[in-house]
Amino acid sequence: MTVAVPLSLAEAFDELSRTPDARLIQGGTDLMVEINFNHVKPANVIALRRIKELRTWHVNSNNTITIGSGVPYQEMETGQLKELLPALAEAARTVGSPQIRAAGTLGGNLGTCSPAGDGLPVLFALDAIVHLQSLESSRDLSIHDFMLGVKRNARTANEIITGVTVPVLDGWQGYAKVGVRNAMVISVASACLAVDKKSNSVRIALGAVGPTIIRCRDAESWLVQQFDLSIATSIDPAIALEFGRRVALESKPIDDHRSTADYRRHAVGVLAKRLITRAYPS
Amino acid sequence: MSTVKQDTRHRDILGTSALRPDGVAKVTGAFSFSSDMWAENMLWGATLRSPHPYARIISIDTTAALLISGVSAVITAQDVPGKATYGLISADQPVFASDFVRYMGEPIAAVAADHPETCRRALAAIIVNYEVLTPVVDPELAMLATTEQIHPDGNLIRHQHILHGEAHITSDITVEGNYTIGMQDQAFLGLEAAMAFPDSGGNGVELHIATQWLHEDRGQIAACLNLPEDSVRVVLGGVGGAFGAREDISLQVHCCLLALRTGRPIKMQYSREESFFGHVHRHPAKIWMKHHATKEGKIVKVESRMVFDGGAYTSTSPAVLINGITHTQGPYQCDNAVVDGYAVRTNNPPCGAMRGFGVVQACFAHESQMDKLAHACGLSPVEVRLINAMHTGDKLITGQVMESVAPVERCIRETDLIPLPAPLALDANVLEFPGGSGRTADRHNIVRGIGWGVSMKNLMYSEGFDDYATARCTLSNGIASLKFATSEVGQGFVTLAPQIARSVLGVDDVVLETSDTQIGSAGSTSASRQTWMSGGAVDGACRLVRERLFEHVGRLHNIDPIRLMIEHTDVIDTIGTFRISVTQATQGITLSETFEHHHRKTEDLDENGQGNCHVAFAFVAHRAVVDVDIELGLVKVVQVATAQDVGRVLNPLSALGQLEGGIAQGLGLAVMEEIILDNGRVKNPSFTDYLLPTALDAPHVVAIMIEEPEPQAPLGAKGIGEPPCISVTPAIVAAIRAATGKALSRVPVRPQDICL
Ligand SMILES: Cc1cc2nc3c(=O)[nH]c(=O)nc-3n(C[C@H](O)[C@H](O)[C@H](O)COP(=O)(O)OP(=O)(O)OC[C@H]3O[C@@H](n4cnc5c(N)ncnc54)[C@H](O)[C@@H]3O)c2cc1C
Repeated sequence: MTVAVPLSLAEAFDELSRTPDARLIQGGTDLMVEINFNHVKPANVIALRRIKELRTWHVNSNNTITIGSGVPYQEMETGQLKELLPALAEAARTVGSPQIRAAGTLGGNLGTCSPAGDGLPVLFALDAIVHLQSLESSRDLSIHDFMLGVKRNARTANEIITGVTVPVLDGWQGYAKVGVRNAMVISVASACLAVDKKSNSVRIALGAVGPTIIRCRDAESWLVQQFDLSIATSIDPAIALEFGRRVALESKPIDDHRSTADYRRHAVGVLAKRLITRAYPS
Repeated sequence: MSTVKQDTRHRDILGTSALRPDGVAKVTGAFSFSSDMWAENMLWGATLRSPHPYARIISIDTTAALLISGVSAVITAQDVPGKATYGLISADQPVFASDFVRYMGEPIAAVAADHPETCRRALAAIIVNYEVLTPVVDPELAMLATTEQIHPDGNLIRHQHILHGEAHITSDITVEGNYTIGMQDQAFLGLEAAMAFPDSGGNGVELHIATQWLHEDRGQIAACLNLPEDSVRVVLGGVGGAFGAREDISLQVHCCLLALRTGRPIKMQYSREESFFGHVHRHPAKIWMKHHATKEGKIVKVESRMVFDGGAYTSTSPAVLINGITHTQGPYQCDNAVVDGYAVRTNNPPCGAMRGFGVVQACFAHESQMDKLAHACGLSPVEVRLINAMHTGDKLITGQVMESVAPVERCIRETDLIPLPAPLALDANVLEFPGGSGRTADRHNIVRGIGWGVSMKNLMYSEGFDDYATARCTLSNGIASLKFATSEVGQGFVTLAPQIARSVLGVDDVVLETSDTQIGSAGSTSASRQTWMSGGAVDGACRLVRERLFEHVGRLHNIDPIRLMIEHTDVIDTIGTFRISVTQATQGITLSETFEHHHRKTEDLDENGQGNCHVAFAFVAHRAVVDVDIELGLVKVVQVATAQDVGRVLNPLSALGQLEGGIAQGLGLAVMEEIILDNGRVKNPSFTDYLLPTALDAPHVVAIMIEEPEPQAPLGAKGIGEPPCISVTPAIVAAIRAATGKALSRVPVRPQDICL
């Protein structure tokens, strides 16, 4: 196995054109597990960790934020990123242990594209744009078009995920994740809720209850008909409950060794109810 | 070999928190675990395992594997020169499966090669043809004579009946329930690993291994290798935890066979996934239990039927079963009992020893029952337990008289006096809530509950087994060196043994010689027994040496040895003024003595389960406080208060470590730790999906050690390793019941059991 350590994107593309079969590695917290289990045996690996461009983030003039694919979760948990994107901060905090959060990245979460990936519901709720670049071209894909199924995405082998762009919304947002222990656990069910007062909209995205992250469009549009999200400060508990019920209906969970479909459906309903109540305390 | 250096003030004697001699090395990563071993010219060994829970082996073709460059040997059942099977109680488990595989992960072949990757390729190149059979996985079905018998020895491993007092007596109140205990794993952190060195000429082998019992390994290995026992030397490798999972043979025989076949050192080590298939687990059990009691809450009779799933091979199932059924009554007086216990063979993974050894299962049932009884009689959980608390001199349901110190009442009362934790603060950190870092709960979603569990646990081996321990003490030039075959698995015997030597002999410096089979057996590091048994052996050996020292000093200085004693680090004359330091007194001489400590004899049970089958008992009470998110079914254990009957505290820090660790393990069984099976297949052989408690799950532990020295015990100290993990499980479940009102008859309690 060869490991290339490019210092810039340009060098990385050079490497990638020389060894088109190469696997990219960012924090390695998914890829190294696969390698250790002998699930993959890459002949070539390109390590992206030294590429500064991928490890930075910035606020754009149109009130959006672009986060490099190599920014570790640790950086999202605190500081300005936390203030601007509280849901992402909460999701980042739930990932693994401090060691994993120091290494793991959104690029890797997108690369793996597991329905239990904790970064993904946030990106779905915020309608993130995923930036993909190859030697010849670059393209921007909506997250909804990027994730195709369980561990499947629209990236082609010659592309590097360089980052994501998400809007800074005006309104409450948060993330909650159910696991069977109190830390260091893979999601059994999760939900990200984000309110945008400006467009009087709410977005809710569910993790680990379907082959992809699920946006609950029916529940979202039902809720905006119930009250004006841009001016309300509290929610009628009955509406929160009904919102949760509708969200649960949109989930498509399965039974597996981590939990049951019934529990997962129930759990996302409870999370939706609680998140909207955190946004609008009753 | 490690030297424990001391300054001259004679520190680190019994009763002090002497630090572990290997503590710093373990924390800094310098400690050599058995997986860290390496030898010049060594080869790697690896094991081919069955992908099926039950299948007939039609053919095994190793030709292609042998042709791979770098592969030195491929061995199967045909290559086992001695006994084809092994086992702790009954030798019913093949070294390699040859006709049938009876559980997923059963070994079929082993390879030796120049690199782990070559091993992996060689394993992949072995072609095994199977006729896949329908596994028998339900113990209730398996034990029927009409069900396919999956082993020549049959599916019923053991049945034992207990009849004590009057079978048909009843009383004002009866409470009953059915309880289920899931399959827990010991989940030690240091994976199975060993290195075997063949003797030149191939007539013997030396195995360095992480194990719980060097001599038992040696006996089983020698039989399979067809070698005399003294041609097999077993040396203790660095052990990273055991909890019962290293009592059975795993890679021992395979590793030695490959070394003898290739004439080169062989290193074998399991991965985490393989480890889940490579050792036995805690028995899952189904228990029906019924209590008859007066309306005042006094137990009149207990009835129970217990079914333990032993998995494919016997391991220690017969002994686990006996422990389970003989502890049906728990730490309570009970004059009448009718109990039936069954240990059953299935195509599930083999089960055997794990901390608590059968008593964990019984305790979950009897403590759940005690709460039902309290409820039926209008008593509190504390009252019902105090009314029934056992005392020294009471007769057990086996007819054996409780001769151990039995401070059950004190355990309960002192636990009850421990202050409850403050209510969850309004501004509490969400990380402290059930759901933890997942931020699932808000303050008002959380309900608090309190629950109780009290237990009794036998110490040492039972049913006539003489599990003695041996130690040698050598004193010279002021330095004591100790030799024993006791496995240090993390429990702290390497700390305790020097403490004993310092206290008895007045020395500062104690050297521990290598633990291996070049001395008599120490018995297993299990059954809470090593402090009592190997501690007794070290104490005995040191006392014999001390007598020799007094004789020597007495002769030289013309003092009757009977007048001499040790004070700090000196030998003194209790009548005169003579004083000489132990170091001076032992200049140029060597005094050496070996001592075997045997516990008192025990007996088999008769057909009615009557007999003095156990050596001694220890007791503990646990009170758990939990916060539950009822709607999501998530739990945070806030505090566990405990008072444990320890006899005497020999090392407060070590003792507290055992209590806290055991509580974490019992918490695991209560709310998360379970090997999930689907028709005999293990679904979660990883630490991603087999969940162990993290620091955020571990409760605040408030512990009281009850010191009433046990006259039977050589140092007055009882074994303390197992009790902490036994009754904490039912205490936590009772607390969840109190918070939720749910019946919860199964552990681990899953979120859906609470909220759906
Ligand atoms: C102990 C442990 C706990 C964990 N807990 C969680 C958890 O709680 N929640 C959670 O969501 N995840 C968890 N994970 C999984 C993992 O940490 C996350 O998915 C993380 O986001 C992966 O990021 P990484 O940078 O380490 O990815 P890597 O392992 O480096 O890469 C992952 C995949 O993405 C590809 N890739 C990486 N970078 C790029 C890029 N720039 N362009 C294109 N493809 C790329 C790689 O080729 C690979 O296929 C855990 C992992 C471990 C080991």
